[in-house]
Order: sequence, then structure tokens, then C-alpha cells
Amino acid sequence: MTEPVIVVENLTRLFGNFVAVDHINFEVQAGEVIGYLGPNGSGKTTTIRMLLGLLKPSDGKATVLGYDVFKQSEEIRARVGYMSQKFAIYDDLTTLENLTFYGGVYGINDKARIQHTLELVGLKGHENTLTSSLSTGWRQRLSLGIALVHEPKLLFLDEPTSGVDPTARRAFWDLIYQLAEGGVTILVTTHYMDEAEYCERVAVMRDGKLLAMDTPTKLKESIITGDVWEVYAHPLERGLEILAAMEGVERVGLAGDHLRVISKRVDKDAMQSLLSRESISVEKIERGEPTLEDVFLSLAR
Amino acid sequence: MTDYLVNATGLKKSFGATCAVDDVSLRIKAGEIYGLVGSDGAGKTTTMRLLVGALLQDAGEVSVCGYDILKQSEQARSQIGYLSQRFSMYEDLTVLENIRFFAEIRGLSATEWLPRSMEILEFVGLGKFVDRRAGQLSGGMKQKLGLASALVTRPRLLLLDEPTTGVDPVTRQDFWQLVIKLVSQPLSPTPLPQGEGQGVREQSEGVSVLISTPYMDEASRCHRVGFMKAGKIIAEDTPSNLRARLNGRVLELRGSPINVLRHVAHQDEDVEDVAAFGDKLHVRIRADKSDLIINRLPDEIKAAGGTITNLRVIPPALEDVFIALSESSHD
Repeated sequence: MTEPVIVVENLTRLFGNFVAVDHINFEVQAGEVIGYLGPNGSGKTTTIRMLLGLLKPSDGKATVLGYDVFKQSEEIRARVGYMSQKFAIYDDLTTLENLTFYGGVYGINDKARIQHTLELVGLKGHENTLTSSLSTGWRQRLSLGIALVHEPKLLFLDEPTSGVDPTARRAFWDLIYQLAEGGVTILVTTHYMDEAEYCERVAVMRDGKLLAMDTPTKLKESIITGDVWEVYAHPLERGLEILAAMEGVERVGLAGDHLRVISKRVDKDAMQSLLSRESISVEKIERGEPTLEDVFLSLAR
Repeated sequence: MTDYLVNATGLKKSFGATCAVDDVSLRIKAGEIYGLVGSDGAGKTTTMRLLVGALLQDAGEVSVCGYDILKQSEQARSQIGYLSQRFSMYEDLTVLENIRFFAEIRGLSATEWLPRSMEILEFVGLGKFVDRRAGQLSGGMKQKLGLASALVTRPRLLLLDEPTTGVDPVTRQDFWQLVIKLVSQPLSPTPLPQGEGQGVREQSEGVSVLISTPYMDEASRCHRVGFMKAGKIIAEDTPSNLRARLNGRVLELRGSPINVLRHVAHQDEDVEDVAAFGDKLHVRIRADKSDLIINRLPDEIKAAGGTITNLRVIPPALEDVFIALSESSHD
């Protein structure tokens, strides 16, 4: 059995008296695709920076690719790739020139390897395109290529598909899964459920603590134990107040033209008759499917 | 008289050889939240800028609340609040000073802006922070200040250009609750101080919101969604009607090894698309083939050495619909 790629034990980081990361524990296996979620200030970035060896933990232990984050940060940095949405691509260079430049930063001058990376991210045929004329989706592929040019075993992605449409997002994720099949481990931080749904396991942080880490399906099953209802009623605001005060209702939110209700042991008829009694006109009440966003909102509040 | 707060027909705008907006028509009703969905470069921002009159169209017409944006631009613009992607605020001014600044450049007098601003700041949840410098606000609070600034003239049409980019889901949820409240329960049913000129607005008439986003989880909160691609709106409907277009055509497939499932599903002639979602696959199939495939696929996967733990028809997600639409729009 191979060793996990990431092992984190009681990892903690203080900034003065502020506990940014509070005794978290988890393991990640080779080839896993992990989503890392949490509100701003929850400790996500601090955790990632510790794992990258950019920040010294205050307490606890962590190994990445078998290297100790305290003592072997150089070793780690040489073997991980990092793709940020704010990644600097030189607009007045071509895709190939950008890749060659960043390859050089990592000490890679092998032309064949640069070509291989270009093919891997599907940019073959676009070698000589100026990056300023690439669409957002293609720029993201180039950023990914830059993060991959030194063939890292572990890849960190920060909101990798922000600003692209679903088609480009899916194409990008196909690529990510192809990398994972080849044994690369992937850690994605994101605020968007569109991205989180693609991950094999999702971790949720709040106030420096790791609240949950599991597959999207299991998170939905274990965190959203109630039923999800979509209530189309008018006026919506008043309907929200009434249902929020109803016994058994755990959460009500406005969702555009309807209310999203999470409740336990409350049936459709009970909601219908309560709303009617308060002179709310009810168009329909339908069952909804729990989403990762529901999970996130229940955990994050 | 005017059924639509926004009525745009045949809008076109090119920048050099690039056609950014290509024959876009858009109608938004009072009280409606309309989502313009598409990638960066699809033409969302250009469309918005044409609607507010910040750009001059090459062809087509725009009216806002019945006013032509070019011929009656003053009247039209007085009805519009616009929160651009990179909206600016003065970091060394307080929350209230920022609002005051935006109110005064829009020509509001102190007797008008002050009570209004306080009401709006309470509404967006910044009532306690009026004296805080904008630079000291968190990301979510800055965004709420942006929204408040766009609302200070009490517009009937609010345009929000990717307002939640980089904002966490909890903050985003709060922001959306505000937007939905704004539409379902317009601000200030209470009469304002005298001198309130054009504030005669029937209470039943809600504010309309046009919001752009590349994310489906946001799109699904809109009343109606237009999907933009290469300058055109390629589909437009309510989220539920859009989803219904693929009813019975999305299967969820679980089992192992996932690679085998994926390759086998790809081979099936009635399968149009396979996407990996973590621990499961979404398989989009041709119409009326679900029974056939649910019967056939398990044997095919078994023959390839895989096992299925679950194969079922699931409700399509907006994302599935948009991907299917984008593919067909290539032809």
C-alpha cells in the first residue's frame, strides 16, 4: 500500500492570539481530487500555505509527498504545482514562450518536455498564439500547463475555472481527471459549488476547524438529514417568515422565484395549509435535491 | 403602458473585427431577476454597457422604463443603478461619505440622500458601520456598500455585473437574499420627505435586476436566464423550463473502477456526453433511450471488468442543459 500524499496531524497556526488553523487532521491519497471550501478567513489559505511550505505551522505535524513541512519545504516546493486565477501570464509572449519561460524558472530546458506539456493541456496548434488573444478558457489551460511543466505529483488549484462557461469548465475538469488517473493528486480551493461538485472529496473549514471531509454524496446524506422542498408561493417574503417560524423547519432561503425549505417531519400538506391559513397563495410545493451549497450553508453558520 | 422595464431589440456592437454583441434582444419585466450567463468574453458586460448607455450600439434599440437610452438618456439613466465588476469606492472615506459622494454626483440634495442612504444601509446590513472607512470593510461588506451606492438613486432597474466574483458562499447567500428581497419587496414603501420628485412609484411595481454570472449555482436563482455565447443569446427561459429540456436524458452512474465506467459509457452509441463528478458520472443520452441504456450499460460494463452500484435517471442540472446547448450551437 502506498503512503498517503498528504498527512496532516493536529496542524495549527497562530497569528498572535488568533488561531487561524486549529488542530486539523486529514489524509489524502495519491490520485485523489479534493475540494477545499470555507468562508473567507476560515483558514483555507493558511492551511494551503503551510502545506506548500510557505508558512511554518505553530504546532502539529504535516507531511507532503513524504516530506516534512517543517524541515523540507524546499523538497516540497520542487514537487508541487500551483495554479492561481491571478497567475501572471505574459500577454505579449506566445503560449510556447510563456511555457518555456516558466519551465526555465523551474530549471527545465528540455524542449520535448515543454512540447509534452503543451499537448497535455490541449494547446498544441496554439504554440505561436499571443496569449493576449486567447479566450479565458484557453488562458486557464495555459496556466495549468505552467503549473504542470515540472511534472508535479501534487497540484494546488485556486478557483481554477472562475470566469469560464460550463463547457470550458467541463473540458478543464476532464483534463484534471486525466491527470488524476495518471497519479497526480489535486487539491482545489473554491467558493463555487459548480467546481466543488466535481471533486471526489470535499473538505469544509470554518473558524480554523475542519468541519467535514467526505464525498459530495455522503456530505449531502449526513449533513442534510431533513427533506428539501421548493415552495412557490406569493408573497414570497411573508411566506418565508411563516415557514421560518414553523415547527420542524430548519432553514428557509429565498431562491429567486421560490423558497427553499429544509425541514424534518414536515409534510407538504402541512406547509400548504399553514400558508393558506395566512392567506399566502401557494402555486406548488415540490421536492428538491440537496446541494453542496445546502451542506456548506448548514456547516458554515 | 410599458410592460417591460428593459426592452432591447437587435442590439449589435463590434470592436474592430470582433463582434461582441450580435443581434441581442432582451426584455425584462418589472419585478424580474434576469440572469445573463456565459463565459468571460461572451458579451455579457458589453450588453450591460449598451443597456445603460455607456457604449453606443452599432445597431438596435434600447428602452429603459419606456425611455429611449439614446434620445432620452437623462430620464432613462435616472432609472438605472449599475454595479460594475470593478466598481470603485474611496477607501479613505467612511461608508456614509462614500454613499454621499455617489448620491451627490447623481444630483441628490442632502435632504434627499441622507434619509435614503440610512434606509439603504440598514437594508444591506451596514447600518452599524456608517462611520467605518471603506478600506476597513471585509470583502462582503464592500460588496454591500457597492450595492447600496447603486441603490441610492432608488433605481427601478438594477444591473449587477458579476457581483459575487471572489466572494464566499455564505456572503453570496446574504447578497442574494438582499437582491431577492429588493425585487419582492421594494425599498421604502414609507413616504419620503417632501420634495421627492419622481418617487411616485406604485408599490406593486418591483425593481428589476439584470445580473451576469458565469456560475450555474447563481443562474439557478434567477427568474429567467439567458445563455450567452459569442455575442448571442442562444437560449432563454426559466431555470425550471431550461432543465425540463433534458428531462429523462441525464443518468447518474456509480461504480468502479470509474475509468472503466467512463470509457464504456463513452463507447455507447446513444450516449452524447460523459462527465466525472467526483465519485460519480453524469451521462447525457439521446432522447427516449433511458430504459434501453439502463438495461444495456450494466452488461457492457461487466464485460469490461467493471461493476455498477447505481444507475438512475436524475433531474438535469442547469449545467447539463447549457453544455448540451453549447454543443448544438456549434452546428
